[in-house]
Amino acid sequence: MHLKNISLRQFKNFSADRFEFSEEVNCFLGLNGAGKTNLLDAIHYLCLTKSAFQSVDQFQMLHGTNFFMVKGSFINEGKILELDCSMESGKKKQLVLNGKPYQKMSDHIGLFPVVLIAPDDTSLIRDGSEERRRFFDNMLSQLSSNYLNQLVRYQHFLKQRNALLKQFHDSGKKDLSLLEPYSRELIQLSDIIHRQRFEFIQNFAPGIQSHYSFIAGESEKTDITYTSDAGEKTFEKDFRNSLEKDLILKRTNKGIHKDDYIFTIGGHSLKKFGSQGQQKSYLISLKLSQFDAFKLEKKQKPILLLDDIFDKLDDIRIGQLMKLVAKRDFGQLFITDARPERSIKIFSDLQIPAKLFHIEEGKLTEVTSI
Amino acid sequence: MNFPSRLIEEAVTEISRLPGIGKKTALRLSLHLLKQHESVASSLAQSIIDLRSKTSYCKICHNISDTEVCSTCSNPKRDRSIICVVEDIPDVLAIENTSQYQGLYHVLGGVISPIQGRGPEDIHISSLMERVNTPLDGETVKEIILALPATMEGDTTSFFIGRKLEAIGIKVSTIARGIPVGGELEFTDEVTLGRSILTRTNYST
Repeated sequence: MHLKNISLRQFKNFSADRFEFSEEVNCFLGLNGAGKTNLLDAIHYLCLTKSAFQSVDQFQMLHGTNFFMVKGSFINEGKILELDCSMESGKKKQLVLNGKPYQKMSDHIGLFPVVLIAPDDTSLIRDGSEERRRFFDNMLSQLSSNYLNQLVRYQHFLKQRNALLKQFHDSGKKDLSLLEPYSRELIQLSDIIHRQRFEFIQNFAPGIQSHYSFIAGESEKTDITYTSDAGEKTFEKDFRNSLEKDLILKRTNKGIHKDDYIFTIGGHSLKKFGSQGQQKSYLISLKLSQFDAFKLEKKQKPILLLDDIFDKLDDIRIGQLMKLVAKRDFGQLFITDARPERSIKIFSDLQIPAKLFHIEEGKLTEVTSI
Repeated sequence: MNFPSRLIEEAVTEISRLPGIGKKTALRLSLHLLKQHESVASSLAQSIIDLRSKTSYCKICHNISDTEVCSTCSNPKRDRSIICVVEDIPDVLAIENTSQYQGLYHVLGGVISPIQGRGPEDIHISSLMERVNTPLDGETVKEIILALPATMEGDTTSFFIGRKLEAIGIKVSTIARGIPVGGELEFTDEVTLGRSILTRTNYST
């Protein structure tokens, strides 16, 4: 599968533009603030119906306008898939595949697999567990619509239960039998979701090792430790025993919404003991493993987005990554760079054919090829 | 939209409050009424006023009724030992149209949803419990059928009511869920299909 072209209307800093892509390497070149990353985000948008960088759709519109549209044609096994995503201020976002609007956005997730590598974005390692849950949920959802459905249900019941706990607190009246339908669903779904996360990590974690050794040139052991309340044999009891705490804090304290994934290197926490270089290498290895997981499950190579890697990585890591590109390990590739001469040199030296898009202030000014 | 007359504007504003009607349709309806004989408008207005002021609800099942007790609840031919619990009035009509049900109804008027601030006291649950405990015309209730929507709110409401009813020893059933009659398996969504496999029924020839 590859993206043949994309049209943007009032998307971020692009007022109106159209891009015809190469099946292989596409490079977005331009100064900082020109709109390179916005282009990557537009592709992310079509694949996953949302931005990779921020969560409010309204902010995707060009300043001072009241709608945006992203349109793209994908080619999959010779068939054309026309995808059209648009939103008007104050209205719901619309996604149309081959002229047919989606009823549920979640039906689209997983049809167009995409992997984004933004090496500067170490928030996945440094920030709280929410970031990591989102990353793995995103991946699992793309791999299994069943998982996504259960997760959506879980989050809905959690919201209902928390709203109820808050009402109990505010009104001073509490009817515990009203809590039971939600508790019961959350306990059951916690168990199901935990099992899927656990099995997934068991298969996924070992794959990171070989990528890490290749990218970093180091052989430390990498692993992921998955922790969950639902992993305990006493989970149901723990959940119910937490009721008093839940009532005081007005939220649910036990369940898979508290899970965490701890990245380790050499048996130690990457967050606490990993160097910056190790963290970046780990992050890339993680994303390459994500690429492998999609390739294996979907029987096709996902679209790969590389944001600003030449600036944020050292030469050795760039070299190793480019070796993979040269070996044609990837499918369609999109890459951003603020220094055109550097990209041109890298791709010419490695004899990798690439299409170069020169961008200035939200406008495509020139297209060249190597 | 700018209107040439304040009267038109007022009419458009009022009509466009109705669900599914926008400003343009409201304008078309207003202009249409102006072209008709005056009696058309006054009888429409009168029927709306009557609808609002004279419509009442059955004190037993909470369905719409012209009388204190609706025609279903007062019909001696209906089976009083069985009550079908539904979310709203259109659900009663839908089940009635099947001609497969001879029992009574109970209209909840909504489902429980704490996010929207709707609790059990905001819908007709306590009157359902009363009905179960007090026989109507000497006949006791033997079974409650839960026919609430197959949504997450419908399910949790069913569970909440089901628990309460089981506690007092009443038989509780729920309508079957699965593949629609005449439906193809391949076009049935996975959740429905999965559920119909799990809750499969014995096949009898």
